[in-house]
Amino acid sequence: MVSDVYPRPFDERRSAAAERGGILGLDPLLLIAALGLIGFGIFSLGEVTGGDIPHNPYFYVIRQAIYAVIGVALMLALARVDYSRFRELRVGLYTAMIGSIILVLLLGQATRGSKRWIELPFITFQPSELGKVLLVTALAGFAIDRGRRVTERQHTARILLMGFVPAVIVFMQPDLGTAVTYVVITLAILFVAGARWTHFALLGVLLTAAVSAVLVIAPAIGHPVLKGYQQQRLTSFLNPSSDPRDATYQIDQSLIAIGSGAKTGRGADSTQTENGFVPDRTTDFIFSVVGERFGFVGAAFVLSLYALLIWRALRIMTLSKNLYGSLIAGAIAAMFMCQVFVNVGVAIGIMPVTGIPLPLMSFGGSSVVVTLMAIGLLQSIYVQARLTSKSRADLLR
Amino acid sequence: MPAQFALRVAILSGFALVMFSIIFFRLWYLQVLSGEKYLKQARNNQVREITVQAPRGEILDRSGHVLVNNRTALALQLQPTDLPHSKKKRQQEFARLGQVVGMPPDEIHKQLRQQTRELPASPVTLKRDVNHDLVYYLQENQAQYPGVSVQNVYVRHYPDGTLGAQILGYAREVTGPQLKEPRYQGVQPGDQVGQAGVENTYDHVLRGVNGMSRVQVDAAGQPTGGVLSQTQPKAGDNLVLSIDNRVQSAGEAALHAFSTPGAFVAMNVRDGEILGLGSSPTYDPSVFTKPRLSQSVVDQVFSNTTGSPYTDRATQGLYPTGSTFKPITAVAALESGVLTPTTTIVDGGSFTEGGITLHNAGGGTYGSLQLPQALQVSSDVFFYNVGANLYFHGGDAQQKWASDLGIGHPTGIDLPGEVAGLLPTPQWRNQLYKDATSPDSPGGTSVVTGDPTDRPWSEGDNVNLAVGQGDLQTNPLQMAVAYAAIANGGDVVRPHVGMAVEDTSGRAVQEIAPAPQRHLEISPQGRQAILQGIHMAAQSPGGTSYAVFGNFPIPMAGKTGTAQRVGQQDQSWYVALAPYPNPQIVIADTIEQGGFGVESAAPVARQILAAYFNVHKQEAKAAGGKVPKQGSIQAGPAAPSGAAGNPY
Repeated sequence: MVSDVYPRPFDERRSAAAERGGILGLDPLLLIAALGLIGFGIFSLGEVTGGDIPHNPYFYVIRQAIYAVIGVALMLALARVDYSRFRELRVGLYTAMIGSIILVLLLGQATRGSKRWIELPFITFQPSELGKVLLVTALAGFAIDRGRRVTERQHTARILLMGFVPAVIVFMQPDLGTAVTYVVITLAILFVAGARWTHFALLGVLLTAAVSAVLVIAPAIGHPVLKGYQQQRLTSFLNPSSDPRDATYQIDQSLIAIGSGAKTGRGADSTQTENGFVPDRTTDFIFSVVGERFGFVGAAFVLSLYALLIWRALRIMTLSKNLYGSLIAGAIAAMFMCQVFVNVGVAIGIMPVTGIPLPLMSFGGSSVVVTLMAIGLLQSIYVQARLTSKSRADLLR
Repeated sequence: MPAQFALRVAILSGFALVMFSIIFFRLWYLQVLSGEKYLKQARNNQVREITVQAPRGEILDRSGHVLVNNRTALALQLQPTDLPHSKKKRQQEFARLGQVVGMPPDEIHKQLRQQTRELPASPVTLKRDVNHDLVYYLQENQAQYPGVSVQNVYVRHYPDGTLGAQILGYAREVTGPQLKEPRYQGVQPGDQVGQAGVENTYDHVLRGVNGMSRVQVDAAGQPTGGVLSQTQPKAGDNLVLSIDNRVQSAGEAALHAFSTPGAFVAMNVRDGEILGLGSSPTYDPSVFTKPRLSQSVVDQVFSNTTGSPYTDRATQGLYPTGSTFKPITAVAALESGVLTPTTTIVDGGSFTEGGITLHNAGGGTYGSLQLPQALQVSSDVFFYNVGANLYFHGGDAQQKWASDLGIGHPTGIDLPGEVAGLLPTPQWRNQLYKDATSPDSPGGTSVVTGDPTDRPWSEGDNVNLAVGQGDLQTNPLQMAVAYAAIANGGDVVRPHVGMAVEDTSGRAVQEIAPAPQRHLEISPQGRQAILQGIHMAAQSPGGTSYAVFGNFPIPMAGKTGTAQRVGQQDQSWYVALAPYPNPQIVIADTIEQGGFGVESAAPVARQILAAYFNVHKQEAKAAGGKVPKQGSIQAGPAAPSGAAGNPY
């Protein structure tokens, strides 16, 4: 098993080496992908929301830009920190995550029947978003204990439990999309850490049973677990309908929006996202805006930036100086994949509507800041990996 | 890098690659291959077609007086296809709507259910004449009320209330079965079409062509941009009736003075233009403008217990006529040669035939009579003899002439629902008798006494018909047409209330002047004798209606009738022709259970004539002494002085 890689001692010479490696020693392709996406996201938001708030055409643009600045600052800060330190803080990070999402359940204001936000003096803050990076860093830390302490099956079960507890809490908010993301993060950490295939097989059986219990058995015996709209959303994509007032309305409108963009987009003639046919066009359906305004060309451009982002995350996973970094990078890569594939999949009608934001493009401070923090972690892993290989090279020389 | 780790990285990368490929190809399919289709859908999404109701044409009387026009009203409507499909959401919307419009949600449900059953897919009007506050509220909160709209609609308006109700009829939303009829081709569900009266017969004239607005809307159905294209609604043409508002008013007022039902017709004897036509009791046509008819309204208008106000007794009545039939008998007798104007018949007070003795009504004895005097005093014995002579020597002359004069057939008037009536003939009764006595009949060979089928045709039937009794069933309109033919020299006119079609700017589009049904050759001497007789009946001492018309300033002719009806008091009839001897106008009226003709029907006729000639005088003055349309038929020598005097 992969227990031969351990966190290495703190490297004293890291700053000097980092300064020699281009822009603060960061991964330039990852930076380009992140900035490109955030820039194109703000541009798209500006195009589509110009008339939304009277006398304030830049309402969304200004806010999203502020979030981006905060996020980039945090990203740069995280890039300069050795992520390995977070491993020591795993209990604290995990406690903070569980505490904050429970706090939301208790205090959070109701928004559209979902409690996701905490109202702070200046911004509303969504702890379940921050919970993603907290879960990644904490769970990766716990996962590394494996092999040293307990037998494998117990250990896998423990990690699973630690990942599924916050998932269930977030699901109760209710926030299906984030809960799915938590589960994906947990599975990715187990996967990268090298859990046995038999465990995954068993887990697959259990998950299938759980899903059918939630979707079929629970409603049948009169104790539905999913709220009505969630159930409808999840199942309606299986039975497309032309009725604009059914649950498939959102998907249908999104399909029309994206399809009507054709090869090069409708630009300012856009109507689907402009006149409110597509719901949540600044958040969950921002990809429909891209598809309608900029057509296949724009959508392919955005997708290639995401491909770049995910490729770099997977690449950094292999470059990492230690297993902890690989686990974090793998979990973040899986998180991005999950969010991009589900969000875009919903917009193009191949996934059920789950309400997952598109990383860096969907409007929303928490999502943008947390995604950039995750990229900051990736950069930190990259920087540390370069420093390590540099010092090794120095030693050899 | 350990092999296991590398494998897992490869799996993750492979998964990403597969997902990106799926998304890429899906986008290719959606945008590059199906882009045109979706673009079309997106364009349709933003356009809504809004029908703009065309107002129906106005209905005017012959002098331009408005009988029916339109008012605008704000109507709260539900478009069933735009309502939420989920039952729960729909109920929530109805609850919200019910609160703001003050209607129980159950009632909204009921209206929706009932109206969509009658007219599927057409908008359901919940309330009419809603106030503006509600309109603003609903517009501001449109997103909460999908499928709810407020439309400016045209509603029929009747400035004179009940006046001419049976002529005008009413318009209402087209029914499902009507939509399938060829004459309603192009009519959309929810459109108004004429359901009765001239609204129905001239629906194609009055109905306009709806306009269409194509408006850009957002997802909530709210207009966003301008109007993309628009076709203006085209208002229906106006219909000018030959009705004279003042004749109509006088006739209806005269009828309504009686508590029993009645009807009248006033018609130009030359061209069949109806100047007035009414039936009592009547109804208020504006009750049919309500979105939904309450049962009490239906009962009020259609029920027999209220005298069935919807029935137009002038064209749909089925009555014996009593002595007003005598001039028709006289025509038949004169033309078939069984009688001449100078034939003398002795009225000894009774007539005996086949063992049955009949007396004059009132029991009088009039001695030797020729036709004019017989008409003057309305000698039954004289006409019993004529009837018997026609039976024995006239062949089928009695029935032939009555039939030719229009008795027992629809006249072809441009009002729906006209009845044929019944002119009894030997063939008709003999056939019934034969059927009733055939061994196959339900009652076997026995017959029910008193039933029309109880015996074959006999002399008595002809004798009864000669004085307008027996099995005869006719109505004031048929009598007016028959008298008009006698008065005008033999033209059996086709009566009509429609006179002209005008466009909205008042230009004449079409004249309505149907040709007579047929022309009958009636000898001038015979006609003169008949007219003289009924002139004396009205205006010579001893005449049956001298009490009513003796002092009428215009020379005229008129015949009373007192029809006996089983189980009812006598029905009063009167038919007047004026001025004498060259009549312009015929008036036929009847009052059910009104007693002798002179008691109730004659005074009604006098009031109508008075109104008519008063109108005539004023029009003549207004036209600077020129003779108006009715005056083109020269009044008799005595007429001018009479017309100038006070008609009352």
